[in-house]
Amino acid sequence: MSGGPTHLVEQLKGGLDAPICLTWELTYACNLECVHCLSSSGRRDPRELTTDEAKAVLDELHDLQVFYINIGGGEPMIRRDFFELLEYSIDRGIGVKFSTNGAFIDAEKARRLAAMDYLDIQISLDGTDALTNDAVRGDGSYATAIRAMEHLRDAGFGEFKISVVVTRHNVDQLDEFKALADSYGAQLRITRLRPSGRGADSWHELHPTNAQQRQIYEWLLEHGHDVLTGDSFFHLNAIGVETGSGPLPGLNMCGAGRVVCLIDPIGDVYACPFVIHDQFKAGSVRSGGGFTRVWKQSDLFTELREPQSAGACASCGAYDACQGGCMAAKFFVGIPLDGPDPECVGGHGEAAMLAASVEQRPRPMMDHSKPPRPAQQPERVPVSIGRR
Amino acid sequence: MLDTCLELDPQVALRPEPFGALAYHYGNRKLIFLKHPDVVSVVRRLDGTATLADTLRACDIDERRWPSFERALQSLTESAMLRVGAVR
Repeated sequence: MSGGPTHLVEQLKGGLDAPICLTWELTYACNLECVHCLSSSGRRDPRELTTDEAKAVLDELHDLQVFYINIGGGEPMIRRDFFELLEYSIDRGIGVKFSTNGAFIDAEKARRLAAMDYLDIQISLDGTDALTNDAVRGDGSYATAIRAMEHLRDAGFGEFKISVVVTRHNVDQLDEFKALADSYGAQLRITRLRPSGRGADSWHELHPTNAQQRQIYEWLLEHGHDVLTGDSFFHLNAIGVETGSGPLPGLNMCGAGRVVCLIDPIGDVYACPFVIHDQFKAGSVRSGGGFTRVWKQSDLFTELREPQSAGACASCGAYDACQGGCMAAKFFVGIPLDGPDPECVGGHGEAAMLAASVEQRPRPMMDHSKPPRPAQQPERVPVSIGRR
Repeated sequence: MLDTCLELDPQVALRPEPFGALAYHYGNRKLIFLKHPDVVSVVRRLDGTATLADTLRACDIDERRWPSFERALQSLTESAMLRVGAVR
């Protein structure tokens, strides 16, 4: 109707009455310890929201007319009330898409999930072979994910999603991921690796090279309409300005605090799933006024909805296309928020990262990683040497 | 299109927003932005019995704007947000 997409983006930047895309990490507990985990999950936080508190949040989301939520963790299926919350949400008219590593999807659970409406499942998989996947997600995690996919297929779940974080090591497997998804009647979802959580440490080794960024862009130009991306690759749109091939499908903007937010397992509300850090904490669902007040009135979200400065990128001809990229990616590599994205396809990110002091990089603030296991000592045989 | 009786698919929910409304289809998971309050008024008024022309008239939409409304509602029909009304 009136106004093109740019007009819409401008309005979305001003924020919506309720989020479109709300991620809720239900628990920090996880059976895995992926090296790029956004929430540094592993151990359950004793302050985790209770079942009743979680239901009260769902009541609020119902009143706000949030259409669906993205549930993650940690491994959300670890929560003993997982199915109870799932059913409560769906009964309240809030569809659920949940991310899982698949460890808790056996044949019986798969049938139970298949019987539910308004439910989507994303199985996380970061390689089309065990070697590539398990290097990031841990030993045995490939086999676990494949087994869960088989159970979902056998239960007639329908089109579940296979969710891939694109790294330097799996970027050449995009066609294979697509074929794998097709073979299960699943839909492929690929998202961007962020230097958040444990990713703050692994990102520098894992993130796609500049040449690979272009490879992702080309691949998405060809397949972008068949795969989901969470609109996470908008920083690549600067390539389209150079080549004239135009933007990738999806919303070309950072939605943090405007159309997107995160509720963490203890009820803290952050601007997006990639910035679990005090600087991006807007409030708590446990405080007076609950989630609604945080979404509508918090200082942080109000500030994020104001026009943002293009800063160092103002003179770049691609700024309208890439919007300066991802706030979280900049933050955790120490680039100012009005600086270029660390993966800026024009190469400005690398210079900005060099200019930033490594010591001053903000550290992720919530770490629920399991304590390191003591290194395996070579087995000691008690030997007593002595004279009789 | 103008002679068609349309209605909102029962699996679609509308949420008011400053720019108009969001329409979400719980079946096909499509989310669509209705970017003008007048389109929202028209869509809300569709009940599957009156023709689109009747509805546009009832909403006081100037006839010169009808073609753009036809296009918008055509596109909403193609994405299954609207369906042709059942004969009652």
